Amino acid sequence: MSEPTALGLSVRTGSVMVAFTAVFTAIMAFTFSATKARIDASATEEKMKLISEVLPASSYDNLLLDDFVTLGPTRELGLDEGGRIYRARKSGRPAALLIETTAPDGYSGRIELIVAIRADGGVSGVRAVTHRETPGLGDYIDPKKDKNKKSPWIAQFAELKAADIPGCKVIKDGGQIAYHTGATISARAVTNAVARAARYAAANHNRLFAAPSGSKP
Amino acid sequence: MDFQAYREIAWNGIWKQNTGVVQILGLCPILAVSTSIVNAVSLGLATILVMAMSNLVIAALRNFIPYEIRIPVFILIIAALTTVVDLAFNAYLHELYLVLGIFIPLIVTNCIVLARVEAFAAKNEPDSSIVDGIAMGIGLTLVLAVLGAVRELVGSGTLLSGIDMLIPGAQAISVFGDAYPGFLVAVLPPGAFFTLGCLIAGRNWLEARKAARARRNPPSVADTPARA
Repeated sequence: MSEPTALGLSVRTGSVMVAFTAVFTAIMAFTFSATKARIDASATEEKMKLISEVLPASSYDNLLLDDFVTLGPTRELGLDEGGRIYRARKSGRPAALLIETTAPDGYSGRIELIVAIRADGGVSGVRAVTHRETPGLGDYIDPKKDKNKKSPWIAQFAELKAADIPGCKVIKDGGQIAYHTGATISARAVTNAVARAARYAAANHNRLFAAPSGSKP
Repeated sequence: MDFQAYREIAWNGIWKQNTGVVQILGLCPILAVSTSIVNAVSLGLATILVMAMSNLVIAALRNFIPYEIRIPVFILIIAALTTVVDLAFNAYLHELYLVLGIFIPLIVTNCIVLARVEAFAAKNEPDSSIVDGIAMGIGLTLVLAVLGAVRELVGSGTLLSGIDMLIPGAQAISVFGDAYPGFLVAVLPPGAFFTLGCLIAGRNWLEARKAARARRNPPSVADTPARA
């Protein structure tokens, strides 16, 4: 056998590469479609669990996941690609707004949050949905990673009333929210995002509750 | 393949060629996630799984992979298997996925997986390759566990924090009590380098001591009389 030419070699190895790519892409595609239904179901369940942590189930009686408004890109909430606001009602009267918001200035990128603002303007609860804060350092913003299980850091927000919103800053910035020394940036990002969400809810309260479900207010 | 050969491979992976303290490969995830035992061991377990699978698949396919493009093909296979593991964990072991999820994609970037595929699986039978993958993975997990334990203990004064996500109801151990102020350097990346350096030094010291002993008492039959 003679030495293969560069062209012959690239055609041969190229087709082998394509064959491998096709086979393994097929394996990935098959796994993706086989697991999609279960992953979606877990995501919905996860979402409901998260909602029950920020807003007690007794405080509303509507089908929360079906009653929402869709937002386009909203600077005030840090949403570059839009998001949703779920509306909790009790006996038809506004009870709370569940706002998807993003803190763009976490220590390792964006922190996605869900913030529940009661109809009276107070904060009902806050949870980090996704974040990449440093494990063991800044990740205490997630109560699952917070070493203090009895009163996790993020529980501070649930004590905020409407009048406290101007003080919704970390202590270093002149506010009332405590944080862990050495990991101020994560706490500050979450705190400022909560304050922005509370102000947004207060400013747009009537408009958000009046819009028909699924619409853009 | 006989049992002796498997034992040789396993010993190689866990001690003689340990990825963390001898080959010093794949440090990026080691340093990034070894802030607590639970994180560290979780990543270790996921890595064992991916290494066993990629070694097995590549050893089985090694005769079909042209030498010239073996690296792109290896990377393709490792990335595909990691994606499959990621999706399968998410769908069928969701609780565990919530803990491991962020670490699984990191495995693609771990050069130790590619290194073992290139150095071992591409030249050996599938059965010994899978043993090599698991042994290398266990070696890595042990280093991760020690690093995680030391950094967690020194850095935050606890052990096994986050264990309740793996085993519901289990409690983290607070070694120095709640008043322990913490030692931030241990949790930050320098702590990982310090601890890893100590581990490497410790292993080298053990090996050097063994070598010195072997020099003093040459292992010949005449020199070791029975002391009966």
